[in-house]
Amino acid sequence: MRVEGEGGGAGVPAGGSGETVVFRVRRYDPESGVGPYYQEYEVPYRPGMTVLDGLLHILREVDQTLSLRYSCRQKICGSCAMLINGRERLACETQVAEVGRTVTMEPLPHLPVIKDLVVDVEPFLDKMKASMPYLIPRSDSENIRVPPEEFERYRVASDCIWCAACYSACPAAYSNPYYLGPAALGQLFRFEVDSREDPSVKPLRLVIADDDCAGVWRCHQAHACSEVCPKHINPGELIAELKREVLRARISGRI
Amino acid sequence: MERHGVLVVGGGLAGLRAAVEAKLSGADVAVLSLVYPMRSHSVAAQGGINAALGNADPTDSWERHAFDTIKGADYLADQDAVEEYARDAIERVLELDRWGVPFSRTEDGRIAQRPFGGAAFPRTCYAADHTGHAVMHTLYQQSLRLGITFYDERVALKLVKEGERVVGVVAMNLRTGELESYAARAVVMATGGAGRIYARTTNSHHSTGFGMALAYWAGAPLEDMEFIQFHPTTLYGTNILISEAARGEGGVLLNNRGERFMARYAPEKMELAPRDIVARSIYREVLEGRGFEGEYVHLDITGLGEDRIMERLPQIWELALKFAGVDARYEPIPVQPGHHYTMGGIDTDKHGRTEVPGLYAAGECACVSVHGANRLGGNSLLECVVFGKRAGESASSDAASASDPPSGPFEEAEREVEAWIGRLVERGGEERAENPYHLRAEMQRVMWEKVGIFRDEEGLSAAVAELKSIRKRYWEGAGVRSGGKTFNVALYDALATGGMIDVALAVASGALARRESRGAHYRTDYPRRDDENWLKHTLARFTPDGPVLEYRPVVITRWPPRERKY
Ligand SMILES: Cc1cc2nc3c(=O)[nH]c(=O)nc-3n(C[C@H](O)[C@H](O)[C@H](O)COP(=O)(O)OP(=O)(O)OC[C@H]3O[C@@H](n4cnc5c(N)ncnc54)[C@H](O)[C@@H]3O)c2cc1C
Ligand code: SF4
Ligand code: FES
Repeated sequence: MRVEGEGGGAGVPAGGSGETVVFRVRRYDPESGVGPYYQEYEVPYRPGMTVLDGLLHILREVDQTLSLRYSCRQKICGSCAMLINGRERLACETQVAEVGRTVTMEPLPHLPVIKDLVVDVEPFLDKMKASMPYLIPRSDSENIRVPPEEFERYRVASDCIWCAACYSACPAAYSNPYYLGPAALGQLFRFEVDSREDPSVKPLRLVIADDDCAGVWRCHQAHACSEVCPKHINPGELIAELKREVLRARISGRI
Repeated sequence: MERHGVLVVGGGLAGLRAAVEAKLSGADVAVLSLVYPMRSHSVAAQGGINAALGNADPTDSWERHAFDTIKGADYLADQDAVEEYARDAIERVLELDRWGVPFSRTEDGRIAQRPFGGAAFPRTCYAADHTGHAVMHTLYQQSLRLGITFYDERVALKLVKEGERVVGVVAMNLRTGELESYAARAVVMATGGAGRIYARTTNSHHSTGFGMALAYWAGAPLEDMEFIQFHPTTLYGTNILISEAARGEGGVLLNNRGERFMARYAPEKMELAPRDIVARSIYREVLEGRGFEGEYVHLDITGLGEDRIMERLPQIWELALKFAGVDARYEPIPVQPGHHYTMGGIDTDKHGRTEVPGLYAAGECACVSVHGANRLGGNSLLECVVFGKRAGESASSDAASASDPPSGPFEEAEREVEAWIGRLVERGGEERAENPYHLRAEMQRVMWEKVGIFRDEEGLSAAVAELKSIRKRYWEGAGVRSGGKTFNVALYDALATGGMIDVALAVASGALARRESRGAHYRTDYPRRDDENWLKHTLARFTPDGPVLEYRPVVITRWPPRERKY
């Protein structure tokens, strides 16, 4: 018995059945002076194979010029979001069998392409950073107690893996360069409801959320974010909750 | 050239904790990392982080935590370090709570704690089943709050020295392909574990051990590298971890004849026997022809029924479906053992200092040692924050009195790295060039088959010889078939492979020399622990002809070695 090195998956006899699938990859290399084009690869298929397995097979065995990002291969690091057959997905959690015998892979839309499937995520990160995605600790935070109900409020929002799938899918973020977008507003909400934070910071968060150009009111409720989020966070709903927080704060005169 | 007081290489949990500490103590600190910090392997940790908070059982204490760690380590841990580690743990975890980690809670709002393998008390604090993600993101968030400088998507390729002292690194910017020099008064390595030197591992694709190789090449010894933890149940295909929970809830292991084979190896505990025993049993079945093609066995949870599976094991059900296309409600999950944790690493003291001036290390790439021959679950995230903090502290206080490095050594180092890259790319144009991915795969196969779960003299000697020949083929014949500058993944992988081979050699050589079985190191030809001759740490020093081994006694304070029985 022979153990292969990390192939599609470590120790997996590749494509024993002789079956193959077609991977259509959108290629672009800024050094070449040639515009983007699609390249097709025939990839040996095995049951259980993911799209990332197929891409790594191409990189290692067929075409070393391919560029992509990947790290954890278990949908927790957020590296591998891309357009797969027209939809934002994580390559590592997508079964080839689930998307069909021809798989088309393109870089995330609405972000500048660096090369092939690698996009420049800085514009997305800038929006994340603008939402103050960090807790500012209270000065009196000895003996912390967090009621389980409060934990429930931010539990889901803190699952975000910063993959940018929602940002890429959001029509409002596309048409308005100032709009913070679903993930960033989700983070704003996540910290807003966390009582471990210095209470004097809360109004500032709500002011950011209330910003006319960048904030919650720019959300058109297209819910594209919630459809594509691989962590089932439902950012659309978090934005709706944040809107309610903002309105309450306005009425009570806190902001 | 960029200049900083403290440069942290690696943006995982240990790196960020070091950076935060350095920043808080007033140093000018920057983090240089191959991936954006939140893409680091640390986010994959699931189970939790240990600290004797006593929230679930008030009689727990840091002393008990220390003892469990030492016993788990099969007495190879340095007890002075473990004592300080278990004591620091409490404050480090409470601090994480103040910084915003979304910990799961008890009814009265304190951090919830659960039982974990090898611990006598429920001591593991957790954030649902993605503690690593929660802690990592919180540290990244705090780094943003503190305004720490990040150099993302840069890979360190060489530690630069002036005389005996490390004064910075030469790195490649993945986005531009350019080499960049980073000078620093102190350099902290926090580059993670070496799982990818094995064909099967639960670790991320970037857990290559490359950072260990950089330190090793720069003169720092690697400690206890032969101690590799194998997890019994990883998903066939991608080797994603399938946690003990599946067996805890009543999942059974079956071979290709449908037999519940654990009855042969651990008739009482069956599937719930300790990790190493289950791993050996599965692999024994496979070696004796009772596994399935591809070397796996079945983990069958169908007996639990649909409702219980969806209620108690939804994550495992989802993992099997998404990553192996298996619906665990109706079919068994294919599983096999795989590398899980690298106990050894860059030799450091309790404060993160290596023996090379200017060089520090923390996290899975380092070896203090607190894990000895076997790490307990929940102890490595803790190691990252305890020793990350300490390394950050030492680095910034030493940096305050050090002087700024000159630029001369950087020019020379850049030329060396350029030559390395040049050779790889040039040879890529030749028909007969060796594909670095194939060399890597060969190394991974040798490591898995001969330096894996079962080891013996014959296999280990063969492994050392084969690794040496792979090493030679790499340096004399490897070529990358991709010459572009922009985001050249294949080039990065080829460079890392050079480091991985030397790390693999250190593991194999240490294992060959150690004629005993201890913790995770299992020699079929020396099945007993031998305290008389082997209660000592292995130190491997780099030479181009292979590692030179030295030994150092284990520090014993108050717990004399006893037989490790659970
Ligand atoms: C599936 C799984 C589950 C686990 N669960 C638990 C658990 O429940 N509890 C627990 O305590 N432990 C657990 N562990 C172990 C724990 O996750 C790791 O030991 C820990 O996260 C290691 O962190 P680190 O900061 O040392 O390294 P990493 O998180 O691996 O970070 C390494 C960093 O170094 C960078 N890097 C590497 N090489 C270079 C280079 N040459 N140049 C620049 N940058 C570089 C990378 O980009 C990365 O940012 C688990 C491990 C696995 C695999
Ligand atoms: S909200 Fe969901 S889709 Fe958006 S970045 Fe976070 S995990 Fe990704
Ligand atoms: S590789 Fe980490 S999310 Fe896909």
